[in-house]
Amino acid sequence: MPLPYRVLAVHQDTADVATLDMEPVGAAIPEPKPGQFTMLYAFGVGEAPISVSGAPVNGAPLVHTVRGVGAVSNAITRLRPGQEIGVRGPYGTVWPVEEADSHDILFVAGGLGLAPLRPAVRHVLANRDRYGRVSLLYGTRGPEDMLYREELTEWRRMLDVEIEVTVDHADRTWRGAVGVVTNLIPRAGFDPAHTTAMVCGPEVMMRFSIMGLQGAGLPFERTYLSLERSMKCGMGLCGRCQFGADFVCKEGAVMRYDRIAHIFTVREI
Amino acid sequence: METLERIVLEQKIFAGLDPEIGKLITGCARNHHFEPGAYLFHEGEAANEFFLVRHGDVALEITAPGRTLVLGTVHDGDIVGASWLCPPYRWTSDARAGTHVRALGFDAACLRDKCDEDPHVGYAMMKRFMPLMVSRLQAAHLQLLDVYGRPEGA
Amino acid sequence: MQALIEALAARGHDVIGPVERDGAIVYDHIAGVADIPAGRTDRQEAGFYRLEARSDGALFGYAVGPHSWKRYLHRPRETLFRVRRVGEELAFDAPREPAKRTAFIGVRACELAAIAIQDRVLQGGAYVNTEYAARRAQTFLVAVNCGDPSATCFCTSMNTGPRARSGSGYDIALTELLDGERHEFLAEPGSDAGAALLAYLPTRPAVAADWQAADAVAAQAAANMRRHMPGNGLKEALQGNPEHARWDDVGNRCLSCANCTLVCPTCFCTTIEDHSDLDGQGAGRVRRWDSCFTRDFSYVHGGTVRTQTRSRYRQWMTHKLAHWWDQFGTSGCVGCGRCIAWCPAGIDITAEAAAFVEGQSHGDA
Repeated sequence: MPLPYRVLAVHQDTADVATLDMEPVGAAIPEPKPGQFTMLYAFGVGEAPISVSGAPVNGAPLVHTVRGVGAVSNAITRLRPGQEIGVRGPYGTVWPVEEADSHDILFVAGGLGLAPLRPAVRHVLANRDRYGRVSLLYGTRGPEDMLYREELTEWRRMLDVEIEVTVDHADRTWRGAVGVVTNLIPRAGFDPAHTTAMVCGPEVMMRFSIMGLQGAGLPFERTYLSLERSMKCGMGLCGRCQFGADFVCKEGAVMRYDRIAHIFTVREI
Repeated sequence: METLERIVLEQKIFAGLDPEIGKLITGCARNHHFEPGAYLFHEGEAANEFFLVRHGDVALEITAPGRTLVLGTVHDGDIVGASWLCPPYRWTSDARAGTHVRALGFDAACLRDKCDEDPHVGYAMMKRFMPLMVSRLQAAHLQLLDVYGRPEGA
Repeated sequence: MQALIEALAARGHDVIGPVERDGAIVYDHIAGVADIPAGRTDRQEAGFYRLEARSDGALFGYAVGPHSWKRYLHRPRETLFRVRRVGEELAFDAPREPAKRTAFIGVRACELAAIAIQDRVLQGGAYVNTEYAARRAQTFLVAVNCGDPSATCFCTSMNTGPRARSGSGYDIALTELLDGERHEFLAEPGSDAGAALLAYLPTRPAVAADWQAADAVAAQAAANMRRHMPGNGLKEALQGNPEHARWDDVGNRCLSCANCTLVCPTCFCTTIEDHSDLDGQGAGRVRRWDSCFTRDFSYVHGGTVRTQTRSRYRQWMTHKLAHWWDQFGTSGCVGCGRCIAWCPAGIDITAEAAAFVEGQSHGDA
């Protein structure tokens, strides 16, 4: 059963994306680890699986970034501070921030994909001395679609982090790179022998990014992505989220690519 | 080895190039510097010279009434312009320097002639330019898909 | 038998057993032995089910019908909770009626296997379907060993029957012994509760001849098995061939009607429906059976993943016969044959499986 949480703040990131800060009314869910998701319940409308984009540590609120694409997600993005929302979870697997200890880290984010990656980026930057080079490649549709601009700028100011941003479409007012995020991969200059990559974004973008990473010599065993499938329960009981023999809610959403390489490109699997 | 020849052979795209061929194509090359905002070429012009960016950012643009759209940006080590490869040898977009740009300019007609004269030169060039064009095309496809766009019916 | 039913009812069980209704043998509440269809049998084939008269008065002389016991354990529709909105606050409320004691009469060996499979899926993992678990704990199982399989049965090749093995979960296992004058049941206890109940009923100790008769029933059932599921290499053949031409072939025949998932005793997929009251102050959540054959099942924003029937059939069959091993350590199929009989297109899962295995051995991919 969902636990009631109170919305503290709603930040409109783009035309259809909002970030909600929330805190528990009574009992709290266990602390979500980077990569996990919760089932958010909009009163009377339903639930949707949403990745946690900010963990409630050190007094911070629980944060979710939601794109309004259907009845439930639209209802969630329209909540106002003070209103309540149901939260269940956290569910799912975690980004390999532990396994990637001492590695170089390459984050590849597309569009809304930066939201599920953000807790991993924050974790890596908060434990900076445990990792080698840290780079983030971020692609969106256009400059107006970028998430977390202030935080991106803060990250950029850290001299030992590389942030490369690109957009698919732009006019002249955008002075940065234009082109797909995969273009940034050959130029990222990472050492495939010591790098772990974490990729998140629309499925097509992840497919092309993985091809690009493979082309640059990165093995599948150090490539991780976050999958999305229809979910109703989040617990492996309703059967909907199956991807081959895996339940995306149990063996995912974060999966190591070598586990699914054989079916990732099979149509309608 | 003369300086320009060295610079040519240093470029990633010419890695592994037979030094004799390198010398030959250097004969078609010269150094350029562009100020920020300067045009490398304009849409519709004859594609007489194409560029290899040594350092800097170049935006490929199309201008429609009232607005200018950026098709893509190219950076260090990239080639600007493919229209020199095939008739009618005319540029299909503008190329504008976003920053200070140092580039190698190659005389397209000169290089085409050298390729015709010696198939080895032609093949060495084709092996290098073809993969570039293919991955540009793939990237353009992905850009077209608008993967971050609003899903249908949403 | 009558005494058994009455004893169970007296102990507060809802007794559920086979009844004849609408031309089929289904599972519903029974008050006594008179409710059980005596002297009836079923003739089943792909896409075909008919009831016929028997020449004897056997109480359990048929195989299985469109119902399975899952409709009583993993309910088709279940209210999960209600929620009230008071001002800005949400108050969640899960009124749970305690599960009723229930007894199932006539559980076949394949059905015992199916119940064990659903136990593993719904209460054997990190998260438990608590409604299922509560009902399951209150269920008394009276198994019946099959004597007369239908043509759609294939429990022997699935290693689930025809005889209920000891330890397979029954409280009491019955074998109907019927010849000439005699009409008795050999009853074997499978649990303390079963033994206790049997002690209370009018019984006589079984003798060697009874055991031999029971063995004969099982042997006859096994000998009459007409269909077989290929075993060797089936999992690999299915998981390794997602683009096999056979998927297109069966996809063209399949109507995506979801009958197979409804009648299958192990299919467990569900969906959630949230309803709000007209006054906007209350809402509820209901869990309902769902099927991987619906377009909605694999819908993520942006569209349905499995738009084609062939993809959905592939999902169902590969999950049932292959992925289930990786997920739960057994096959998902128990060989009851319901999906074959109740498919309006007459698709036979054993024939489809054979096509894949055969294709594999001929180097066909």
